[in-house]
Amino acid sequence: MAAPNRGRRPAGAQGKPGRTLVLILIAMVALTGGMFLSGHTTPRLGIDLAGGTTITLKAEAEPGKESAVNETNMNTAVGIIERRVNGLGVSEAEVQTQGRENIIVNIPKGTDSEQARKQVGTTAQLYFRPVVTVAAGGATPQQPPSPAPSASSKDKATDPDKAGDKASPSASGKPSASATAQGRAVTEGLKAPATTSPSPAASSKAADPKATQSPAPAPTPTGAPATTALDKQFATLNCMDAKSRATIGDGAKPENPMVACGSNDGGKNWEKYILGPAELDGKDVEDAKGQMDQQRGIWIVTMDFTKGGAKKFTKITSKLSAQQSPQNQFAIVLDGEVVSAPQVNQTLSANAEISGNFKQQEAQDLGNILSYGALPLSFEEQSVTTVSAALGSEQLKAGLIAGAIGLALVIIYLVAYYRGLAAIAILSLFVSAGLTYSLMALLGPGIGFALNLPAVCGAIVAIGITADSFIVYFERIRDEIREGRTLRPAVERAWPRARRTILVSDFVSFLAAAVLFLVTVGKVQGFAFTLGLTTLLDVVVVFFFTKPLMTIMARTPFFAGGHPWSGLDPKRLGAKPPLRRTRRTSAPTEPKEA
Amino acid sequence: MSRLGSIGVRLYRGEIGYDFVAKRKFWYAVSILITITAIVGLAVRGLNMGIEFKGGAVFSTPAKSNASVSVAQESAQESSGHHAIVQELGNGSLRIQVSELDTASATKVQKQLSTDLNIPVDKIDAELVGPSWGEQIANKAWTGLGIFMVLVVIYLAIAFEWRMAIAALIALIHDLTITVGVYALVGFEVTPGTVIGLLTILGYSLYDTVVVFDGLKEGAVGITKQSQRTYSEVANRSLNATLVRSINTTIVALLPVAGLLFIGGGFLGAGMLNDISLSLFVGLAAGAYSSIFIATPLVADLKEREPQMKALRKRVLAKRAAAHARGDFSDEGDDPSHGDGDDPEPSDGPFDAAPAVAAGPSSPVVGPRGRGRGRSSGRRR
Repeated sequence: MAAPNRGRRPAGAQGKPGRTLVLILIAMVALTGGMFLSGHTTPRLGIDLAGGTTITLKAEAEPGKESAVNETNMNTAVGIIERRVNGLGVSEAEVQTQGRENIIVNIPKGTDSEQARKQVGTTAQLYFRPVVTVAAGGATPQQPPSPAPSASSKDKATDPDKAGDKASPSASGKPSASATAQGRAVTEGLKAPATTSPSPAASSKAADPKATQSPAPAPTPTGAPATTALDKQFATLNCMDAKSRATIGDGAKPENPMVACGSNDGGKNWEKYILGPAELDGKDVEDAKGQMDQQRGIWIVTMDFTKGGAKKFTKITSKLSAQQSPQNQFAIVLDGEVVSAPQVNQTLSANAEISGNFKQQEAQDLGNILSYGALPLSFEEQSVTTVSAALGSEQLKAGLIAGAIGLALVIIYLVAYYRGLAAIAILSLFVSAGLTYSLMALLGPGIGFALNLPAVCGAIVAIGITADSFIVYFERIRDEIREGRTLRPAVERAWPRARRTILVSDFVSFLAAAVLFLVTVGKVQGFAFTLGLTTLLDVVVVFFFTKPLMTIMARTPFFAGGHPWSGLDPKRLGAKPPLRRTRRTSAPTEPKEA
Repeated sequence: MSRLGSIGVRLYRGEIGYDFVAKRKFWYAVSILITITAIVGLAVRGLNMGIEFKGGAVFSTPAKSNASVSVAQESAQESSGHHAIVQELGNGSLRIQVSELDTASATKVQKQLSTDLNIPVDKIDAELVGPSWGEQIANKAWTGLGIFMVLVVIYLAIAFEWRMAIAALIALIHDLTITVGVYALVGFEVTPGTVIGLLTILGYSLYDTVVVFDGLKEGAVGITKQSQRTYSEVANRSLNATLVRSINTTIVALLPVAGLLFIGGGFLGAGMLNDISLSLFVGLAAGAYSSIFIATPLVADLKEREPQMKALRKRVLAKRAAAHARGDFSDEGDDPSHGDGDDPEPSDGPFDAAPAVAAGPSSPVVGPRGRGRGRSSGRRR
């Protein structure tokens, strides 16, 4: 950054200062217009200033595991929920424990509280289990499903490009098993581009090593399930009934086979499954995100496995692919429900995807939830209620009044010291403030950005730092004038060096912002975001507003003539004697910076 | 302006100036003293961590109690001696959070609340509440800080040189220590706002130091090619030349914060504002101070140990002694007649800023080549 030969085109910049000014004005108008069009004319305020919604969650102890509700697990849960509701760190949500078994989640006003409730409440216990049997969802005794023709999807993993083509043939070949039971996502659910995810940190506590060794303990021929108890449970299970759906997966241990329900069409029709022990779990997932599958035009959630997870996944898929349908199906079970049960036709590795009839929001939320891991406990929502601002409006008011007085003092000082130049500084400050404000207002709905009181204070300080850029530039110009130059050459000669200083110092600020944003979570991350934003704006304003404006102003008689009130009066600045000055001015402007 | 302006000119010309570098021992001592005070304060009084970090007690009034938020706040604050966060829930009940209370004082607060709000004691629930700024957040913040410091030192070492990187780091630690120490001494509660304030300072302190170093680097271009000034003198010259900018920037950054602290916090009585703006005020002031009084003299100190600079110092002193012997002692070689030290080809200077300087004698920072000598500029043209 700030290499000396950087931007050797001051000629262009100085030649068309008007154009640059128009550009930034257009940008300002566009941002402001966007602000009004979107109807978000004020930045979203944090919970300390505007209040919001508070959700109280109660940890539910599973029978026989009461001791699971302990401090460690509660704190882990707080950490995970915090990241779920405040993934980018800019939403100002607060999460804390209360009492022994409650977690309080505070979300600032204006957040979609429905969505937030879903995000905080989902346990997100994820398991990958081999399918033993699948049947239509009703309570009727199950028909062994006929094998699903899978020939069509053979080359799938090797040639992802064809995924789209294959969608149709395989769809037809889905577990015709059951006319009623639409085999869900059978073919397309699992996809493995030949890449391996080179991710560190492989942990897989829950996946019992024993289970991993014997991938499919149950895959006895279709219709001969593992245990009779399970069989009975399977026979009586009615997946059409929401209540039994909700409870069926409860308490199933990962190392045991289980019975579960799943729907392929967003909940209209249900199938029931007997599933083998879990082979992988949520901890084997390194990263997950909801994205659009371009070929099929549906929303899916893709998951990258950790190193250990990828290994396990390769092993199990190689075994499964040798099986007959439905035992070559690999069910992805989230919180006791089968969200996807794709067929495995060959050994896969590295990553998988869930295609379960998602809406965009659902896919993104699920990706988000899976990335941050499962809660160690399941929680029940106890209450959702509004909560008033912790600081109250008078604090914000006091802050704004004080800030305004402070800014007025700044303006007075600038006028007193820089006189006419202060007009340029103040205009630049207003442009900077306007850009900051409209961006923050737009980022509220955009990424959930919320301003809390510290951020307001930070923004006020940032204005001071922005002003520093002008001061550096003005001082350079004055120095040039002291050397005996007239204003126009002085403005151009001062710029390359002021620019260097501005870039070097802003780079340090930006470095701080970038590192903190990437590494930290929560409020620190939110701070880093604001710092990065204001630093970038500083550079934008100085380059695209202050400098061109200065160039234009240097052409006006008021400034160029060194009017006593221009702040650039050579006499007051103590410029070199006129004799040398004339010589200087007659000299052609030298290369600005060689 | 005229007065200040003329000071600016004279500072720029080097006609007047404060010898920051020569008096560095004094300012080091001042800083060490302040830092020790801060550390002692920190050790003795400790930081008053807010409920957000430590958790505390939460009292809930029954629904539809219609209790007043301000009364509850006052009551809880007075009986506990800590900040209280009072929020009104949708059902009309109040949630009052107070940091760090033992059981006895929790009961006291509960009773006080009951009297002040006119609600039976047994209707006010008391529970422990965990921190909203948990260890996880704190740990990640520390990791982030560590990584940033390493990166910034590497960057400064490349963009400037390692001596400046180290000096900037020392100045940064100096600023942060002082700010934290002030918190310990004043006893203000440390809230997430304070931490954000500290981070702002971290950014500002480095920013300010870098601006000053940039001037120093420029001033020191081609320093080994002359025998007029030692590195320390050049450093001092650049400091004085950028002094106006430093003062102006500090004033402009401090005025709004002072507004927040003294007007917002003082007169309008906004508690939380005090917490944030105090850290900002102290930190900004310390940051501006350390860039000038600590960081640059430190660089000079380190630089003077370099063999090249030692040689330079020897040359300069020898020359001065000779001049003195002739009875023609020229103070710091500032006399325009002493143009012989000028290097017309400074592009072989140690720094990449050389070309910019070579373009003319326009350096605002008093360079070693004798600044603004018509002669040298004429030569170059």
